[in-house]
Amino acid sequence: MYDILIIGGGVVGSLCAEAFSGYGASVRVLEAQSDVAMGASGANSGIVHAGFDAKPGSLKARFNVEGACLMPALCARLGVKYVNNGSLVVGFPGDEGAIRALYERGKENGVAPLEILDAARLRELEPNVSPEATVALYAPSAGIVCPYSLTVAALGVAMDNGVKLSLDFRVDRIEDRGDCYRVFSGERFFDGRYLVNCAGLYADEVAAMAGDNSVKITPRSGEYLLLDRRCGKTVSRTVFVAPTKMGKGILVSPTADGNLILGPTSLDIEDKEDKRTTGEGLARVLDGAKRSVPGVPSAVITSFTGLRAVGNTGDFIIKKSAPRMLTFAGIESPGLTSAPALAGYAEKTLCDEGILAEKKQDAVSFRRPARFMAELSAAEKDAWIKKDPAYGRIVCRCEEVTEGEIRDALRENPVPRTLDGIKRRVRAGMGRCQGGFCSPVVMRMISDELGIPFSDVTKRGPGSPLTFGKTKGEDR
Amino acid sequence: MKERSVLIVGGGPAGLAAAVAAYDAGVRDVLIVERDSRVGGILKQCIHPGFGLHRFGCELTGPEYAERYAEEVRRRGIEVMTETFVTGVTPERVVTLQSREGIEEIRAGAVVLAMGCRERPRGALNIPGTRPAGIYTAGTAQRLINVEGYLPGRRVVILGSGDIGLITARRMTLEGAKVLAVCELLPYSGGLARNIEQCLNDFDIPLLLSHTVTEIHGRERLTGVTVSKVDENRRPIPGTERYFECDTLLLSVGLIPENELTEKLGLPLDRRTGGAAVDTDRQTAIPGVFACGNVLHVHDLVDYVSGEAELAGKAAAAYVKGELGGEEKLAVTAGAGIRYTVPQRVRRGETAEVYFRFCDVSRKVEVYAEADGTPLVSKKLLRAAPGEMQKLKVPVPADSANLTIKMRPQA
Ligand SMILES: Cc1cc2nc3c(=O)[nH]c(=O)nc-3n(C[C@H](O)[C@H](O)[C@H](O)COP(=O)(O)OP(=O)(O)OC[C@H]3O[C@@H](n4cnc5c(N)ncnc54)[C@H](O)[C@@H]3O)c2cc1C
Ligand SMILES: Cc1cc2nc3c(=O)[nH]c(=O)nc-3n(C[C@H](O)[C@H](O)[C@H](O)COP(=O)(O)OP(=O)(O)OC[C@H]3O[C@@H](n4cnc5c(N)ncnc54)[C@H](O)[C@@H]3O)c2cc1C
Repeated sequence: MYDILIIGGGVVGSLCAEAFSGYGASVRVLEAQSDVAMGASGANSGIVHAGFDAKPGSLKARFNVEGACLMPALCARLGVKYVNNGSLVVGFPGDEGAIRALYERGKENGVAPLEILDAARLRELEPNVSPEATVALYAPSAGIVCPYSLTVAALGVAMDNGVKLSLDFRVDRIEDRGDCYRVFSGERFFDGRYLVNCAGLYADEVAAMAGDNSVKITPRSGEYLLLDRRCGKTVSRTVFVAPTKMGKGILVSPTADGNLILGPTSLDIEDKEDKRTTGEGLARVLDGAKRSVPGVPSAVITSFTGLRAVGNTGDFIIKKSAPRMLTFAGIESPGLTSAPALAGYAEKTLCDEGILAEKKQDAVSFRRPARFMAELSAAEKDAWIKKDPAYGRIVCRCEEVTEGEIRDALRENPVPRTLDGIKRRVRAGMGRCQGGFCSPVVMRMISDELGIPFSDVTKRGPGSPLTFGKTKGEDR
Repeated sequence: MKERSVLIVGGGPAGLAAAVAAYDAGVRDVLIVERDSRVGGILKQCIHPGFGLHRFGCELTGPEYAERYAEEVRRRGIEVMTETFVTGVTPERVVTLQSREGIEEIRAGAVVLAMGCRERPRGALNIPGTRPAGIYTAGTAQRLINVEGYLPGRRVVILGSGDIGLITARRMTLEGAKVLAVCELLPYSGGLARNIEQCLNDFDIPLLLSHTVTEIHGRERLTGVTVSKVDENRRPIPGTERYFECDTLLLSVGLIPENELTEKLGLPLDRRTGGAAVDTDRQTAIPGVFACGNVLHVHDLVDYVSGEAELAGKAAAAYVKGELGGEEKLAVTAGAGIRYTVPQRVRRGETAEVYFRFCDVSRKVEVYAEADGTPLVSKKLLRAAPGEMQKLKVPVPADSANLTIKMRPQA
């Protein structure tokens, strides 16, 4: 019997787990996929929004502003990259009103500082922004963060404090047994006194399993292009365009890891698993990006799609789905930014309900960055290598990730079992060659370190094998 | 700080040949730095024959070819550091090395960049669809088979019909996989005729020219690809889609010179070659820094890599001994029909070997060099193809102001 079962290992579930792990309660996270951060938290823009976008008085506005304030210290503590790069919403002739409205909205939401820039100031800050842009809203407090690192690190700290994780556990039934809930995945089950539903796209279905049919979630896809690190300095701030009737437009931003990201599109779809990219979508991303940054380079290293969990209220849905079940649903953008504040809200709720009581004395709250060697000075690197030669051997050439860092990741909570899991933790295979050189080496390391056969190493879990057994061995 | 006269970054065929040439030109403290555990570069995984026809007059496998040079290096007692990654080079030629021993800096009299190249991944092509397991570059597939001994796929479509794509098709077939097709965006294959014969025709593997992969299917592992015909502008033609049920897509869609270090040095890259611009001695714009092999421009034949590397190695030795002239060079322009030339600068009053590639496939052409509007030399070719690197010996006049390599139809 657990005090708390968290359903969903995205950024919300993981930060909840981290917040709860400072108490004496027993906690288990149930995640449907083979790793954490495989949902929206693994595929989004990674922007820590300043908070001028959300409607005043909404949950989005409240948690966004609060989350953005918490983010820098949280990231520092968890060893996650966060850069306070600031954001710009650029406007073209005719957009002055829209920019002014955003400014007013930001003030009302409590975002400070905010500034409206004229064309000259804008050009001075971002010389590569379109010469046709005449006005911009500047929010110096905005930032960028690596969303999957944040998720992994938060759950890692939680697990170091004793939180348990079940992967490949897709919750499909919940039984109310009076003193607890029995949460099933097929025949397997766990009992929990309190449930926290952070199931992203499926938060509606999970709520319904406990009898709450009020929530409805629609997937809305967003396609992205990710550009080579070489282009990472095309802009230094996150560049949005003023919203029009046609929607929010395509952003151009550096990522926390130094690449350039373009996107997302916005299309309502039906299938919650449909993460295809499309020719039209990718073309729209490039065209949209060119509107604000005409000279945007075309050195694409990968493209991907993220699915927003759009709720049926137009706002975040935070409610009790059952007497002892807290649901977070419709956590679309700015959900990443809000996540630390949402976790704080969950913590307070569970304290109020007496589920969380006395704090642990010996709880861990810090974590070393997973990929750290490349950031060090020569002397610091040398010291690490002298302690452990594995830090001297570079495995991923593009991102300069060492054997030591990959090995550490394979021994650290939450332990990755897949090639993509290693990617999300240390960036091996995320550079410009996309794992062409290092994949076989990383697969070998996963196999050796976890003691599983080489041919059982997958890209991202069951059904995604990378090889099919031994070769015939001819002409070897 | 440790010092070496000539430091060579990369122990592939280019690095090995450059080291031997530098040594033979009289420099004794030559150092080769290689990040892999063995020298030989990409040749180590090319266990098919087809190397060395020009240089040794016989067909060797990749490892055999590499071994010939490795042996020369050993015989001379040239110092080789393996499992050592060069992470930085400064214009003052201070080279930073990272290995299991730690971080080390070495001051070099001359540096030869010979880092080779890497394969272009799926992302660079922007093929829409899902992101399943089962999409590999040909080189990754080769490593899985040759190094790990595991089969990366059973039903395979290959995109790209250069030699690497063709050879991979044969290799996969020999290992028991079914290769359904080799698709090529262009109306012709960039591979050698003998490879089309021996790697595809002998195994009844269809070559689909003017075709490309337009969608990727399958959530976890690849389940199929859509292949479409393309028009003369290389755009997919609606209505020509064909679905291939397969579990693997192998990409052999070009190599990109591995120029991180070159860029860290502050050297601009030639957009067409993807490498630094060099002169006849393969010296870059930074004195004492040379480049050769695939890091400079992608070669189809390793034989040419060795030749080019010898120039670089010899010149590096001359530079160290103070014997390399610093005179101003003449820029070579790639004119009509010519995609690029290497070198991009030549010495006046000397015969230069200029390597070049054509922009397109055509028949019966004449290539010629022109200085200040006056033709210097010309050469007739029955067939021009971008996939085959060509060279022209150009006697560069002592007083010319410009030099252009051009192509025209044969009269
Ligand atoms: C295109 C796009 C761009 C975005 N950009 C930004 C941005 O720039 N800034 C920002 O602040 N926010 C942004 N967001 C929003 C942000 O990504 C999300 O709000 C946040 O990641 C939501 O986290 P989550 O934990 O709620 O959901 P998820 O990360 O989706 O996690 C839910 C988890 O629950 C699991 N799960 C589902 N069903 C079950 C089940 N039955 N049993 C067990 N586990 C289950 C899933 O596998 C998944 O791992 C963006 C979102 C998208 C899609
Ligand atoms: C799959 C394939 C098939 C081929 N088939 C044929 C064929 O049939 N016939 C033929 O003639 N040619 C063939 N070639 C071409 C030939 O192999 C190449 O042209 C040749 O290997 C290029 O030599 P190189 O030394 O420039 O590069 P590479 O062989 O790539 O060597 C570069 C070396 O530099 C090292 N290095 C790079 N960066 C660093 C660093 N920072 N620090 C330390 N070391 C570094 C690398 O590890 C590598 O060992 C083929 C090539 C490939 C990829």
